[in-house]
Amino acid sequence: MIQINNLHKSFGKLDVLRGLELTIDSGKTVAILGPNGSGKTTMIKSILGLVIPQKGEILVNGNSVKNNWTYREEISYLPQIARFPENLKVKELIKMVQDLRKTLSDPEPLISLFGLEKFLDKSLRTLSGGTRQKVNVVLAFMFDSPIIIMDEPTVGLDPIAMIKLKKLIKEEQAKGKTILITTHIMSVVEELVEEIIYILEGKIYFRKSLAELNGTVKKIGLEGVIAEILEEV
Amino acid sequence: MIKILKYSIYDLGRSHWTFIYFGFYLLIAGTLLFLGGDVLKAIISLMNIILILIPLISTIFGIMYFYNSRDFIELLVAQPVKRSSIFLGQYLGLSLALSVSFLLGMGIPFLFYGLKDSGQFMNFLSLILTGSFLTFIFTAVAFLIGLFNENKIKGFGLAILFWLFMAVIYDGLFLLSLLMLEAYPIEKLALGMTVFNPIDLSRIFIMLKLDISALMGYTGAIFQDFFGTATGLTITILALGLWVFIPVYGLKLKGNAKDF
Ligand SMILES: Nc1ncnc2c1ncn2[C@@H]1O[C@H](COP(=O)(O)OP(=O)(O)O)[C@@H](O)[C@H]1O
Ligand SMILES: [Mg+2]
Repeated sequence: MIQINNLHKSFGKLDVLRGLELTIDSGKTVAILGPNGSGKTTMIKSILGLVIPQKGEILVNGNSVKNNWTYREEISYLPQIARFPENLKVKELIKMVQDLRKTLSDPEPLISLFGLEKFLDKSLRTLSGGTRQKVNVVLAFMFDSPIIIMDEPTVGLDPIAMIKLKKLIKEEQAKGKTILITTHIMSVVEELVEEIIYILEGKIYFRKSLAELNGTVKKIGLEGVIAEILEEV
Repeated sequence: MIKILKYSIYDLGRSHWTFIYFGFYLLIAGTLLFLGGDVLKAIISLMNIILILIPLISTIFGIMYFYNSRDFIELLVAQPVKRSSIFLGQYLGLSLALSVSFLLGMGIPFLFYGLKDSGQFMNFLSLILTGSFLTFIFTAVAFLIGLFNENKIKGFGLAILFWLFMAVIYDGLFLLSLLMLEAYPIEKLALGMTVFNPIDLSRIFIMLKLDISALMGYTGAIFQDFFGTATGLTITILALGLWVFIPVYGLKLKGNAKDF
C-alpha cells in the first residue's frame, strides 16, 4: 500500500507538486496519466526517495520513506530514463544490481524472453535505445518485489517487446502485486489497469475506475473519455 | 557501504591512471634517493613536490571521478542502499586508491634504499601522513564541489580554483596582509590564517617534525615559538583532521538532500 499525504515539491520557483493526496491499495494496478511536465515522474521519484519533497508524507506499506532506504527492497522500479554505468557489460550490470539487493532474483527467463543473450557481453554504451530499455525491464522484473513502479515503460520498445512486457505485467498482477504505471499509450491502460489517476497542476485532477468508464470507452475510446472529463470539470 | 567501496576500488583498479600515479612516485622518489644519495634531502625535495602535486591530482581525480560516476550513482540511489553510503563509499574508494598508490610508490624506493637504518623513519612517516591527509582533504572538497554543481565545466573550474587558491594565491594574500598590518599582533593572525589552509598546515607539520630551523619559514617558527614542537604537531594534525571531517560531513548532508 502506498499513501501520499499533502505532498509539495518545487524545483526553485517551479511548483511541481502542490498538496498531492493519493492512496493506492495493495494488489491494485493504477495508471498515472497527465500532460508532459505535470509531475508524474516527480511523484514517482518522491516515492522512491530520489526526489526529496519539501512538505508532506509518503508511506510505503506503512513505513515513512523519509530518511529511510530499506523499504526500497520492496519496490521494483523501472525509470523513465535509465542511466547506467556505460563501460559495464550487460551481465556485469545485472550481477551488480543483484548484489545490491537482498531479495532473490531470477534474470534468466527474462533475458531469453527479450532475446538479450547476445548482448550480455556488450558494454552498455553500445546498445540501442530499445535494447537498453529491455535491460531496464530485466533489472526491474528479475526481483519478486510486492510493489512495481514503471515510468513510461514502453518507450523505445518494438511492438513484439511491448506485447511481451504487457504479458509480464499481467503475470505480476496475477501474483497480487501493487503496480503503478505512467504511460501515454492508451492500449496499455485499457488492457492492464483497474483505475486511472489524472494529475494536473500538481494535484490529482480526477480518479476513476475503468469499470466505471467502460460503457463510454467502448463508444468514444479512452482518449475521448479523458478529453470529455477534462472539459466537464 | 562496503559493497560500494568494493565496486569503486575494483573500478579504479582497472584504471591506468592509478598505476601512472603510482609509477610517478616510484620514479621520482627512486631518482631522488639513488641519484641524490641523502635520505633527508630526498624527503625535503619530495615534500616540496607533494605539497603542490597531491592537492592538484586529488582535486582533478576527485572531480573527474565524481562526474564519471554520476550514472553509477543514479543507478544506486534507486536501490535499497543508504544514500550516504553511496557518496562515502565512492569517496573512500578514490581516496584510498590514491593514498595507497602514493604510499607504495614512495615506500618501495625508500625501503630498498635502506630507510630502516637511515634514522629518518619518522620523518618519512610524517611525509606519508601529511600526503594522505592532503589526498583525503582535496578529494573530499572536489566531491563536494561536484555534488553542488550539475554543470561539469563549472565544477571543474571551481575545483581547480580551490586548488590554485590554497596552493598559490593564499600565500600571496598571507604575505600581503602581514605587510599591511605591521603594527597588529601579527603572530596570532599568522597562526590563525595557517589553520585555514591545509597545504600550509601540512608544510608546518613536516617542518616541525624535521626540526630544521633554516627551513622552518616564518609561520613554522611562530608555531614552534608559540606552542613548542609537540603541541604544534598535535594542533596541525587536529586541524588537518577537521579539514577532512568538515567536507565529508558536507558530502553526507548534501548527498541526503539532493534530487535525482
Ligand atoms: N531535478 C529537476 N530540477 C529542476 N526541474 C525539474 C527537475 N525534475 C523535474 N523538473 C521539472 O518539473 C516538472 C515536472 O516534471 P516531471 O515530473 O518529469 O513531469 P512528467 O513526468 O509528468 O512529464 C517539469 O517542468 C520539469 O522540467
Ligand atoms: Mg515523466
